[in-house]
Parts: sequence; C-alpha cells; structure tokens
Amino acid sequence: MPALRFGTATLLGAHGSCQSPRAASPGAAGSTSQTLSYTRAMAAAETHAISLRGVVKRFGPVTAVDGLDLEVPAGTCFGLLGPNGAGKSTTMRMLTGQARADAGEIRVLGHLLPGGSKQARIEMGVVPQLDNLDVELTTRQTLAVFARIYRVPGRERRDAVDRALQIANLTNRAETKVSELSGGMRRRLLIARGLIHAPRLVLLDEPTVGLDPQVRQELWGLIDRLRASGVTVLMSTHYIEEAERLADTVAVMSHGRIVALGKPEQVVRAEAGEQALEVYGPPDHLESVVRDAAEAGWRTRRSGPAVVIMRAELLDGKAPDGVRRPANLEDAFVMLTGEEIE
Amino acid sequence: MTAPAHRVRRLEPAALAGVMSRDIVLFGRYWKATTFSSVVQPTIYLLAFGLGFGSLVSHVEHVRYVEYVGTGVVATAVLFSSAFPGMFNTFIRWKFQRTYDAMLAAPVDVEELITAEVLWISVRAGVYGVAPLIVAMAFGLSPSPGMLLVPFVGFVTGIGFASFGVLVAAIAKTIDNFNYVTSAVLTPLFLVAGTFFPITTLPQGVRYVAEANPLYHCVALVRDCSLGNLSAGDLSHAGVLILFAVLMWRIAVWQMEQKLID
Ligand SMILES: Nc1ncnc2c1ncn2[C@@H]1O[C@H](COP(=O)(O)OP(=O)(O)OP(=O)(O)O)[C@@H](O)[C@H]1O
Ligand SMILES: [Mg+2]
Repeated sequence: MPALRFGTATLLGAHGSCQSPRAASPGAAGSTSQTLSYTRAMAAAETHAISLRGVVKRFGPVTAVDGLDLEVPAGTCFGLLGPNGAGKSTTMRMLTGQARADAGEIRVLGHLLPGGSKQARIEMGVVPQLDNLDVELTTRQTLAVFARIYRVPGRERRDAVDRALQIANLTNRAETKVSELSGGMRRRLLIARGLIHAPRLVLLDEPTVGLDPQVRQELWGLIDRLRASGVTVLMSTHYIEEAERLADTVAVMSHGRIVALGKPEQVVRAEAGEQALEVYGPPDHLESVVRDAAEAGWRTRRSGPAVVIMRAELLDGKAPDGVRRPANLEDAFVMLTGEEIE
Repeated sequence: MTAPAHRVRRLEPAALAGVMSRDIVLFGRYWKATTFSSVVQPTIYLLAFGLGFGSLVSHVEHVRYVEYVGTGVVATAVLFSSAFPGMFNTFIRWKFQRTYDAMLAAPVDVEELITAEVLWISVRAGVYGVAPLIVAMAFGLSPSPGMLLVPFVGFVTGIGFASFGVLVAAIAKTIDNFNYVTSAVLTPLFLVAGTFFPITTLPQGVRYVAEANPLYHCVALVRDCSLGNLSAGDLSHAGVLILFAVLMWRIAVWQMEQKLID
C-alpha cells in the first residue's frame, strides 16, 4: 500500500539554507576571546528554542495571555494543551510577530522580539490553525511562491518544492488548483508549505484537525521524524492522544497561563494519580455514585456514558463496581481546567 | 547554527521579490483579460469623445481633440488600473483569502508586503497606461520620443493611487463601502482632471479642487510629454505626483500595520 505516506523523503535534505554559514563577516576573525564568549552566550540562548517571560496580551477587555512563562528546549517536541480560548493561537501568533505582546519578553531561536522577529521567521516554519492557502494558485505554485518568500536559494528551489510535494504526498496533485483539493490534501499542503525551507523550529497550531485517522497517523510519523532530525516542534492540540504520543513535554494552558507542565506521564501522575475507575450504569445509579463520591471527598468527572472516579488507587473497599484503567492525560486535563475536550 | 547569516533590514529585496512572485504567477493567468480591457476601454473613449464630441469641437488648447483625449485618457487608465486593484486585491487577500496572514508568518513585514503589492500594481499601471496612446495613434496621434517618458509618469501616479486604494481597504469595514469611495472620490477625480475638457473652463472654486487633484497633474504631464511641449512648468507636475506617491505609500503602510498586527 504505497499511497498515503507523509513522505519517507528525507526531510532535511541538501538545502540547509538555515544552517547559516556563520559569521562570514570580515570582522569576525578579529579577537578569538571575543568570538568565544559570543559563541558561549549564543549557546546558552540556544538551549531554548523559545522562551517567554511574563508575556501578556490583551484584546480590549479580554486578556488572552496572562503572564505566560514558557520555555521550549531546542530539539524537543512541546505540546500545548488547553480548552477553546485558552490562548494557544494567540501565543503562536506572538511568536511569529503577528501579535505584539503588551508586556513581557519573547525570544525565538535566540532572537529577541519584536526586533528580531523577521530573522526568527526566516528560520522557522508555521502551520496555522485556520487554512490560509492561496486558492488561486496550484499546489506547485503555492510551494514555489513560498520557497521564494522563505528565501530558499534559486538553484535549490526546485528540489525544495519537489521534496515538499513528497512530504505532503501531493506529487500527483502538483498541478491541481488549491481550490480543487480535498480538505485533507489542503491540510497536508499547509504543512508542506511550512516545511519548504527546512526550518529549525516548526509551530503547528492544531495540525491534525480535519484529517482522517490514517493521515493523522502519517502526520504523527512526520512530526516524529522532524524531531529526530533535530527540529524543535511546538504543537497545540485538542487531541490528548496526540500530545501523549508525540510530546516530550506538555503544558496545559488555561485562561492564558500554564497550569501544569512536564512530561506527559508526570503531569498525569501529579494531577490524576495512578488509576481511574470508570463506572457505568443507568442515570440514577450514576447520580448516586457522584453523590457518594462527593461525600467521601473523591473527585469525579463525566466521560461520555460513564462517571470516572479519579485516583482510584487510593480507594479502599468502598469503591463501586467499575472498570479500572491507568489515569491518562485527559483525566489530568479535566482535573486542571474543569473542561471536557474531545 | 546560531549566528545570523546576515543582518535583516527593512524593505529587503528578497521579501519584495517573494511577494511579487505570487503576483507574477497570477498575472500569467489573467493577462489576456487585462490586456483586452486596457485596449478596449480607451478605444471606446476615443470613439465616443474623439469622434462623437470631436465632430463638434475640432481643437482644444491648440490640439486636435482626438489627440487631447487620447493623451488624457492615459491618466484614466492609470487611475483605474491602480486604485481598483489597490482596493479590491488588498481587501480580498487580507480578509477573504487570508493570503497576507500566511505571508506575514513568513519573513515578510507589513511594510514589505504593502510596498511589493503597490510596486507591482504601479508597474502594471505604467505599462498599460501606454495602451491609450497606441490606440490614439490609430486615430491619428503622431508618435514622439517624449512618449517614452509616459510609463514612468504612469508608474509614479500608480504608486499614489494604488496606495490610496490600499488605504481605503485598510479603513473600509466591508467591501460594499468601496462604493462610497468610487462614487464620491474616484469619479470626480476622474472627471475634473482635464482629461476631456480643460479645467480652465471650470468655475474658479472647482478649479482649485482640480489643481489639487493628482490626476490633473498626471494628465498635464503625459500630454506635455506626448505632444512635445515639455517645459519647466512640468517639474511642478512631476513634483506633485512624487509627493502624492510618497505620502500615500507611507500612510497606507502605516494604516495596514495597525490593522494586520494585533
Ligand atoms: N484578534 C483578536 N481580537 C479579539 N480577541 C481575540 C483575537 N484573537 C483572540 N482573541 C481572544 O483571545 C482569547 C484566546 O484566543 P485563542 O485563539 O488564543 O485561543 P485558543 O487557545 O487558540 O483556542 P482554540 O482552541 O479555540 O483555538 C479568546 O478569548 C479570543 O476570543
Ligand atoms: Mg487556537
């Protein structure tokens, strides 16, 4: 079954346009010690691909981001989880300079924003939450235009476009107009567009929305390979499974702040314990289970047809009948934000 | 892999070329329609005014009426081929297609984005602005070396009106609001520019307005270039057009920065 592969093509091939041929300036040869300390300072800044300190963003009366502190280590995949309106997209837009922070300090790939924003954007790729593909162009034209915009050198542009087509598995749709692509194909093109210049940092704002399960799996494979090749990935998502499967670190965002941070299993342990007990039954039975649990001081949540009792490992013999399972990120998420998500 | 390869600056050629590459790709698709309308429109003006009206008026300001209108309509062509794309393309790409959103996430600043769009529109306006002259030649206008300056006049005028269009798009709440601008601003500018009749025939008050109209200066300059009447006075026409272009460009960039960056 050869179809539906998010390219086995090498992702970070020849055109390392952003592996910058460093310090070609004639003055750089001058003082060795100065160069050394400069390198060391840069190396320190480089351990974090992204760092935000006390960042605030208001839209009129709405405070979308409220004193956000966030550090994304270079070369990792970082998952940003949070309910609708938590401020995930706003955070992403501040990282691309499309929204200006009202307060705080933002660094991307060592560049201080807003002054260093364009330099940072040269080195990063962005896949936005809302499709902003150019419907008037074809697939190939879209990639060619963005190869230019992302400053891929002329002689490497063709290869970059071909490689991106392979990544998105759209080689046989290269001459199709974007308006005639299916929703999943558009999503794949959107992702390929953000990777056209082999960026060192990729921002993915809910990258798998609208993809069928198989294509989603393929995309996960792609993200895995990106990270394996040293690319830093910041990804926002609603799909808990996605964060659990891909992210080295997750941060749960709520009302513009980080409310939990760590490896997925750490966050689960800290917020939801070891086990959860799922109780099924008719509505009045579930109601009494919830009531009893409240009296006993156990935390519960609804999950589809079931009531889930958290930290089931601490319950003694009094626990109602049900199915025990390991606690997961969704449990932690609901405990933290009080909101159910998909 | 840390040190930046080069210092990024404002208005980088790479960014301008990137944005324009999209316009050029699109132009490959619609150039036939553009070329068709830019030839047919002046033909209609020349038929209607030059022949129709010209049978009543043989000369205006010592120029055969066909030549008077043929040179004047250059400015009309420049106006419409710059102000309308400035308004509509900007609004559609920004609000409906979200193209600008995608470009601004890439290494393109608002200033570069708007400048590239305006430059592309005005280059096109400069080139297509010559079409009326060519049509007028079929009606008896004689070629002259000064006509080689006309694309440059069209280009500078185009920058002003394309930027004006961008500014309108930045301010308008909906695309329907463009109707106000078209009827209340562009149509009067088009009519009192000395295209079809000399502004000296207007009442004094309206004449001042006409003299403040950049399009009037475009008409006058194109006519003097084409008919071999260039004089020192044309420097002031050129000055007004350059001033208008620079002013509108800066205001358009500034307004779009307010709108595109949250
Ligand atoms: N341009 C804007 N103007 C006004 N308010 C905005 C704007 N952008 C975002 N907001 C508000 O900021 C808050 C955070 O929105 P944001 O899009 O960052 O949330 P999110 O976490 O990405 O949500 P979702 O999961 O639904 O995508 C919301 O209350 C939203 O209404
Ligand atoms: Mg969002």
